[in-house]
Parts: sequence; C-alpha cells; structure tokens
Amino acid sequence: MDLIESYREELKLVRKPWSKAWVAVMIAAALLMPLYLSPHMIYLATLIAIFSIGVLGQNLLIGYTGQISFGQAGFLAIGAFTFGHLSGWGVPWPLCALAAGLVAAVFGILIGIPSLRLKGPYLAIVTMGFGVAVYQILVNVPLLSGGRMGMTVARLEPLFGMTRINSAFYLNLIICLLFILLTYNIVSSYMGRAFIAIRDNDIAAEVLGVNLTRYKLMAFAISSFYVGVQGGLYAQLLGYLEANMFTWMETIAFLVAVIVGGLAMINGSIMGAAFVILVPHIFSAYKELVPVVFGIFIIVILIFEPQGLAGRIFKIRLYFRNWPFR
Amino acid sequence: MMEKFLQYTISGMSQGSLYTMVALGIVLIYRSNRVLNFAQGDMATAGTFAAMALLGMNLYFWMSSLFALFVGAAIAVLFYFCVLIPAQRRDATHLGQIMLTLGIGLIIQGLILRFGSVEPQTFPFPISDTKVYEFGNVVVSQLSLGTLIFNLVASIGFYLLVQKTKLGLAMRATSENLQAAQTLGIPTRRILALSWGLAAMLGVLGGCFWPRPCCWIHFLCSNRFSRDLPRPSWEGSTACPGRLSAACFWGWPNRWPAVIFLSHSRTLWRFW
Repeated sequence: MDLIESYREELKLVRKPWSKAWVAVMIAAALLMPLYLSPHMIYLATLIAIFSIGVLGQNLLIGYTGQISFGQAGFLAIGAFTFGHLSGWGVPWPLCALAAGLVAAVFGILIGIPSLRLKGPYLAIVTMGFGVAVYQILVNVPLLSGGRMGMTVARLEPLFGMTRINSAFYLNLIICLLFILLTYNIVSSYMGRAFIAIRDNDIAAEVLGVNLTRYKLMAFAISSFYVGVQGGLYAQLLGYLEANMFTWMETIAFLVAVIVGGLAMINGSIMGAAFVILVPHIFSAYKELVPVVFGIFIIVILIFEPQGLAGRIFKIRLYFRNWPFR
Repeated sequence: MMEKFLQYTISGMSQGSLYTMVALGIVLIYRSNRVLNFAQGDMATAGTFAAMALLGMNLYFWMSSLFALFVGAAIAVLFYFCVLIPAQRRDATHLGQIMLTLGIGLIIQGLILRFGSVEPQTFPFPISDTKVYEFGNVVVSQLSLGTLIFNLVASIGFYLLVQKTKLGLAMRATSENLQAAQTLGIPTRRILALSWGLAAMLGVLGGCFWPRPCCWIHFLCSNRFSRDLPRPSWEGSTACPGRLSAACFWGWPNRWPAVIFLSHSRTLWRFW
C-alpha cells in the first residue's frame, strides 16, 4: 500500500502526516473520554484497555508466531492471583503487576517447551490442558485462590484528586499504550521477523539461522507476560478474585478477540478486545441469548471477513484512497 | 481390593464407552476435515435435548432417539454446508475454522439455555440402573452393561463401516488426500458432509446414554462432553480399535477418585 524507500522509514510507527493527525485525534479522544462519557462507559473503556494488553500478547503468539495456545485463562489466573497475593503482603502495585507478568512468563516458558515438538491442534490441546489444570488447582486449593470466599485485592487509590474509576482508566490506558508501543517495537525488530518466519515456515526459518527453541519459547514467554500483567491489572480493577473467573470461556474470549480483530494486526487486537467486552454488554438485556449473539457474530465475521475487523478497515481505507478509481 | 478394582474397571469402561462415542466423532471430523470440532459436545447435547423434547410428547424411546440422531446430524451437516464451506471459500485460516466450531457451539449452548432449561432435568430411560447382575463378587447394573454393549456394538459397526465398505473407503481416501480423491471421482464434499453427520450421530448416541447415569441433563453437559477433546491426541488419530480401548480406559479413572479420596487428596484426580 505504501512505498517504503528505506529501512528507517519502515521502522516509523506512523508514516503519513494524515495518519499522524488521526492517531493524535484518537489518543486525544481517549484521554478526554471522562469528560463526555458516563462512569459506566469509562469502566468499560478501562476493561477494554486491560483486555487489549492480553489480546496483544495472544496475537504475538498466534498471529505473528503461528503457535496456537488455548491456555490463556491459566496465565491470566496465574497473573491475577500473583498480583492478589503480593498486594496482600503490602508490595506496591507496580511491582505486583511486574511480578504477575514474570510469573506467568515462567509458566509460559514451561508450556512453550512442548511447542518445540508439537504443532497445530496437538499443541492447542496441550495448552488447553494447562488452562484446565490451573483452573482445577485453583478451585481445589483454597490456599492459592481463597476457596469459595475468593480473595479481596487492594484496589487502586484515586490519583491526583480524580475519581477512582477515572484514575484506573488513565492508568490502564497509559499502560495499554505502552504495551502497544512495545508490541510495535517487537514486531519491527529482529525478534518480530523471527516470529513471522517461524509462522510462515519453521524449517526455512531454522535454515536461515533463526533459533527455533529460543524464539518459540520467547513468543510463549512474552505472550504469557502480557496476559499475566493483564490478569494483575484486572484483579486491581475488580478488587476481588475467585477461581471461577478463569474458566474455559475466558480462553474463548481471547481467541475470539484475536480472530475477530484480525490475526497479526496490532490495531485488530484492540478492536477484538472492544468486541469481546462490548457485545455481551450491548446485548445484556437478552442475557440468555448473549452466547447466541456472540456465536453469530463470530460466524458472520469469519465468513465475510476472514482478516477480521482490522482487515475490513484496511480494505475500506484502500477503497477510499483509490476512490473513484477501483 | 481386587474386587473393587474390577468393579471400578467395569463401571469405568461403561462410562468410558460413552466418551468413546463422542471421541470417535471428534477424530472422524479431524481426520477428514483437519478441523478440531469444539462443538461436538454441543451437537451431542442438542440431539439429546431433541430426544427429551419428543419423550415429553410421549413418543417411544427408540423413536425419539432415532430422531435425535437425525437432529444432531442435520445440525452438523448444515454447519458444514452453510458455515464451513463459505468460510473455506474465503480462505479462512485453520484457527478461523476452529473458531467457527466454537461459534456454533456457543449458539447451540445459548439456544439450549433459552429453549431448554437452566435447571437439570431427568431423562426417562428404558434400562434400569437399580437392577443389577452379579458376576462373582462384581456387581454390574443393567444400565452399565447395556451402555457398554450398545456402545461396543455401535463402535464395531462404525469400524466396519469405515474399514469394510465402499463408503468407508471413500471416506479414508478423502481424509488421506482430498485432491487425489476428487480426481478419482469421489464426491468429496458429500463424503465430508457425511463425516460431519456421522460424527454428530456418534456424539448423540453417547449423549442419549449419558444423562441416565447422572439422572439429569442440562446445558452444561456440553462442557462435560468437551472434555473429550484431549482424547484423540492421546489415543492416536488413526487406529479405531486403539481409540476404542483407550477411551474405555479413560473412563476408568472417572471412577477412581472415590477410591483415592479415602486415602489421598482428590484434588489432582478431579482433573479427570
């Protein structure tokens, strides 16, 4: 779509002046949200920002590296409960969030080891087993999860005289933006190209000098780190945790977000996260039918736009760029 | 201890044979379409609910079960023609196709929630689970024996269909090499649709037997069936007798938690 004449130009995050203006408008609109949206909508926007972090990580793993993982609920739970326990011991929340990511990353490496031997559905099933095992362990070990009573987590104190929800919104928005930048950097770097090479053809990638073991494990570790941090921030926002929050449905939500948003598309991850959070909310009046609506949306989007929402927006942009000549 | 071992082995095999039915369906679809069907449990549950609805209209059990088989098959075939093929034509990714099965699974779950019931419901069944037969010191209920025999017969029938008939040969050819099968004149699309229908029927067969041991059925049964997903990889995805024996064995640990509970923590075993 764009003519890129140098490597330096390719590394630019936003290339065209108009694109810069759009990005500036969108960031400004996001920052000013508390001025024109109700607290409930701000809460939803906060959830989207938090969920986007995990979906970005999942997209790095599935979209860029081509490794299917169905165990994200497990990493999310590990991150959330790590955050919960550490904050209960009085550790400052930034360290808790970092620890949540790191602990999840360690488990990510462990789960990534089978990826060196397994592919496709077999890897999916191994990771799915991990998600189920984490859930069962949390359900059955009250020491870890707080049992049926769950676990209360210290919530974020209001910052700079703002309301609690506005503070949470700005904090999570900034963290989400940092993760988006980090993801763009990863994708533009040697590491990102190694991930894409593994996805396209792992044997060819190895022949060209990509260390498969290192980069596959790295993809799992980074993806799990993202999801772990998401879990920690989620725990902080809700102020309460219980094992039943991290079921198989949570993993499905991740997958839906990645696929509906668009594989290997960073803006798609955010759209996917918004989709997963907003669809159940919009159809909450028909609570029983929410899964039906969710399923219909998945099917319709996947049939009519396999590239996801980001792919559709890309096509629309392309259409208007060439308009009226198609 | 030996008696308990035999007792749990037999009842575990009986329960495992139910899993066999659902697992065979998953393997059949995976082998023919290379799609991991996450809606297998939901299709089985939908068929079982259809049977229950007909039983509520005072239809014979065998009639209701037969109809349920067709309902399950119809859902699967419709899904194949109306959802999967259009998506494949638009170059859906492999993961995208798996997500489609998740999508149809969610739709079925939601509809069962809406039109079935959230509350567990009893499922009338012609075989008694209180009438028992004694083989030495091992006691086997009529239901366990009936389930085991029925599912064994169905599995053998499925094996013969795949291995000894022209249709089975066409199915195997399609699963081995789709293009080569098309070149040889095999109507691959129809064969694949048949695979979906057959897989759903196997799931419904397991589903119709499932509620009775639990005395209830509700929408969460689909989750129960979905636990079958790891099975195909564990059992290997080619050899039918291997799958059959492995899935029967799989049912065995389902009974063991009760024993383990006596002396150990049940935490780890509940994973089964």
